[in-house]
Amino acid sequence: MIEILEILISPNFWAAALRIATPLIFGVIGALICERAGVLNLGIEGIFTAGAMAGWMAVWLGAGLWGGVLVAAFAGAVFGLIHAILTVPLGLSQHVSGIGVTLFATSLSYFIYRTALPDVSSPPRIEAFQPLDIPVLSDLPFLGPALFQQTSLTFLALLLVVATGYLLYRTPLGLAIQAVGDNPSAVESQGLSVYAIRIGAVVAGSSIMALGGAFLTMSAFDAFFFGMVNGRGWICIALTVFASWRPGKALLGALLFGAFDAFQVRLQTEVGSFIPGQIFLMMPYILSIAALIVVARRADYPRALLVPYFRGQR
Amino acid sequence: MIRLEPRPPASVSRMLAVSLAAGAAALVLAAIPMSFAGLSVFEAYGLIVKGAFGSVFAFTEMLTRATPLILTGLAAAVAFRAKLWNIGAEGQLYAGALAAVAVGTGAVSGPGYILIPAVALAGALAGGLVMLGPTLLKSKLGVDEVVTTLLLNFIILLFVQMMLEGPMQDPMGMGWPQSEPILDEAALPKLLERTRIHWGLIVALAASLGVYFLLKRTVWGFEIRAVGENAAAARHAGIPVTATFIRVGLLSGALAGLAGVGEVAGLKGYLTADLSPGFGYSGIVVAMLAGLSPIGVVFAALFIASIFVGADSMSRATGVSNYLADLIVAMALLCVLVSGLFLRFKVRFISAPAAKGSAG
Repeated sequence: MIEILEILISPNFWAAALRIATPLIFGVIGALICERAGVLNLGIEGIFTAGAMAGWMAVWLGAGLWGGVLVAAFAGAVFGLIHAILTVPLGLSQHVSGIGVTLFATSLSYFIYRTALPDVSSPPRIEAFQPLDIPVLSDLPFLGPALFQQTSLTFLALLLVVATGYLLYRTPLGLAIQAVGDNPSAVESQGLSVYAIRIGAVVAGSSIMALGGAFLTMSAFDAFFFGMVNGRGWICIALTVFASWRPGKALLGALLFGAFDAFQVRLQTEVGSFIPGQIFLMMPYILSIAALIVVARRADYPRALLVPYFRGQR
Repeated sequence: MIRLEPRPPASVSRMLAVSLAAGAAALVLAAIPMSFAGLSVFEAYGLIVKGAFGSVFAFTEMLTRATPLILTGLAAAVAFRAKLWNIGAEGQLYAGALAAVAVGTGAVSGPGYILIPAVALAGALAGGLVMLGPTLLKSKLGVDEVVTTLLLNFIILLFVQMMLEGPMQDPMGMGWPQSEPILDEAALPKLLERTRIHWGLIVALAASLGVYFLLKRTVWGFEIRAVGENAAAARHAGIPVTATFIRVGLLSGALAGLAGVGEVAGLKGYLTADLSPGFGYSGIVVAMLAGLSPIGVVFAALFIASIFVGADSMSRATGVSNYLADLIVAMALLCVLVSGLFLRFKVRFISAPAAKGSAG
């Protein structure tokens, strides 16, 4: 018991939780923007991989860290555009298109990485984002180490939560995005283009997802590995439902998830010898399914989610 | 402007044309990454065709690779027919393989005609049971099965690793995470001497005929198609929708489980955590290329298998990464999705004012 308390009050623990949560925050915010507009984006897992690879490779080729972030976002936008064209004007199955985009983005990333670096034995490293050292704030007791020793990308993720909340609830564009996900024909009758809003939302959401991947190769690690995304995208899709498609709850959900993951890693070092390591590695996936089950009864899906809209047709 | 107009249900020949066009389009598009990698496109395709069809051995290797793809393709096709989005064939395959090893390495002993069916049954059952969870969660609580089946893939693979490093590790395996070898009596016999092609292929072909018969000629098959067309209408018409989902889920999982059985009992002889190079996910592409037709699945699986086997051989000859095969397969999925439009709609090019139509 005492050990558990000691873990929970240690600033390092909360710093780790926020670090683990960061890619999920990007992923859930991205998924939420797509789904609010009525489009499920199962391309997320591949878009994470593409963001991770493209961002890393841009930095490795000398684009600089923020150049890498831009390249990752652009890569996400390209794959998002493919998914958007297939699902919005063409109205094809969002499930199948999403899986297709995931397979495409993943295999293309792997192929480009292998082709550019045919015979490296260990993955080359880049100079990754370093934790910021903010004067005064970083020296605060507890809060300093927990909150203010993160890299810039974590702060970008937190900023995006606030920005997305503002966009969705306080701007006409945000209301339009929500409306195309709930009642697209009403939007069309207002003289707005359902297609344009949905495509825009999917492209923007996908580029935010890609930043989650970029965080993995440019902040959490400093290299690209095959299979490094490891289901994080799917976890984000589950967390989006858990968060009821709200940015604030998305942040909370990702943090809870990060805290749980950080906690079990520490628990593993305490009791690791009695329980196989795989049990701990399974926990994020089990937890995601549990989160879906918990909210299943009251999940308030955007009403037009998965429903294609054809102009001039009811 | 482009306008899409609905079409009546497509004929078999048009479905075939669409699938062939999609496969061809993927192969044409693959020229881009090939030239990016510095390959001469015609030479590369020559090597791929040679690698899959160039010799009797190459051809049998291709058939061996197609065997699990037929089964995972059927798993996806039958589920997608009912609009049950089972993306978990990869996990169900591993569950089937694990059960096959659990039964086939000495837990049960006896002659082959008892042991082989026992191993196959255990594998099918394990795959089916894995899919039962997401199916029940979908029909009872409305939990999206796409996410649960995807997440289960990761959970099951970790579970397999845990068993292979723990209770099911081969004590004679020098510490490698692999299972004990399956008993000789439990192994599926080879179809041809000095090749790796095994009886799993016959099972897969029989399964494809079986699923065809089920969908076309039985009440359950009719119910599956009705639920897939419109679950609400099917429920209204008195079709037991939940029971249909459960049947489809069990069948789909069982087919994927059988793919795992074939890989351990017919091919590898023991289980490792890298048994499947994504057969479950490629099965989705196979099913879509086949237009969800159980007979078409066989041909689509042969096509995908030749790309994988051919690209492996091309990769060995040229040093270009065999992720190219995954890339072609992924592009085939996107192409078949788009070309499916020509089945459901007539695409008309019309002038802009006429495109507005009447809203509301």
